[in-house]
Amino acid sequence: MQFDSLDAFLAMGGYGFYVWLSFGITAIMMVLITFQTRMEHRTLLVQISTEKQRKARIQKARKRQHDTQTP
Amino acid sequence: MWKWLHPYAKPERAYQLCTTLTPWFWGTAVVCLVIGTVWGLAFAPQDYQQGDSFRIIYIHVPSAMLSMSTYVAMAIAALVGIIWQWRTAYMTMIAMAPIGATMTFIALVTGAAWGKPMWGAWWVWDARLTSELILLFLYFGVIALYSAFEDKQQAGKAAGVMALVGVVNIPIIHYSVEWWNTLHQGATITKLDKPSIAPEMLWPLLINLLGFALFIAAVTTMRLRNEIIRREIHRPWVQSLAEQKEKEHAI
Repeated sequence: MQFDSLDAFLAMGGYGFYVWLSFGITAIMMVLITFQTRMEHRTLLVQISTEKQRKARIQKARKRQHDTQTP
Repeated sequence: MWKWLHPYAKPERAYQLCTTLTPWFWGTAVVCLVIGTVWGLAFAPQDYQQGDSFRIIYIHVPSAMLSMSTYVAMAIAALVGIIWQWRTAYMTMIAMAPIGATMTFIALVTGAAWGKPMWGAWWVWDARLTSELILLFLYFGVIALYSAFEDKQQAGKAAGVMALVGVVNIPIIHYSVEWWNTLHQGATITKLDKPSIAPEMLWPLLINLLGFALFIAAVTTMRLRNEIIRREIHRPWVQSLAEQKEKEHAI
């Protein structure tokens, strides 16, 4: 361990602001792109299921129409 | 090798391969990044000139190096797409562009945060910095061009040509510190025969470099899966896949 205390570690020999700024932004960017990728995946799956439900609804409506027209 | 590689041009097979690889990439990436970062931040010795500010190297160098490697990988995917007309190759290309842009952005920001205490300026129009900024714009260009076309095969072709033309920037970035008189320091670890860095400083850097590479691989495989789903959304195999996922979540 290069630092004697937590305060010394956070201070980074006077460069704390710059070091933690760099590591902070890097962490944020990495989390953001991961999160965005996961959300995209979920959105696509939801899109597929809504499309399928819509198709099923249309088919059902058509069938009902067909049934009422031909007694 | 071609016989072995060729089935993966089929989107369904590529999707399965990504599904298998993603958790491995994630696991190893997290392990490497935690070890490398903790070692670099807390245990590596101080630099005799730059004090503790040098610790930014543990994210700056991996992100900068890999922003270039990702670009080359993206351009290779574009080349494969153009020569063999593989749709999957274009999908791989566009899957890599956002993560490459992220790495370039990280390299620029950490470079600025390192430049301020060391050079006294957040930004200078130095050859290395400017060419890295152009790399960021090239990534943006590829993404923008791809999204500008409705027909994604056309989009892949156009963005692929742009990615290939942009490769000329990579040697410019790499040799900028030698060709021009720059404020940016020269290469430290790519001089493989004799790296001018102490081994106890070098090890965490190499581990983080590996960690960043695996992170990029993990995000790329995830994004490639999304791209495959988007392009094959009406195919039966994607439909049944979505059904299966739905069932898993329902339980």
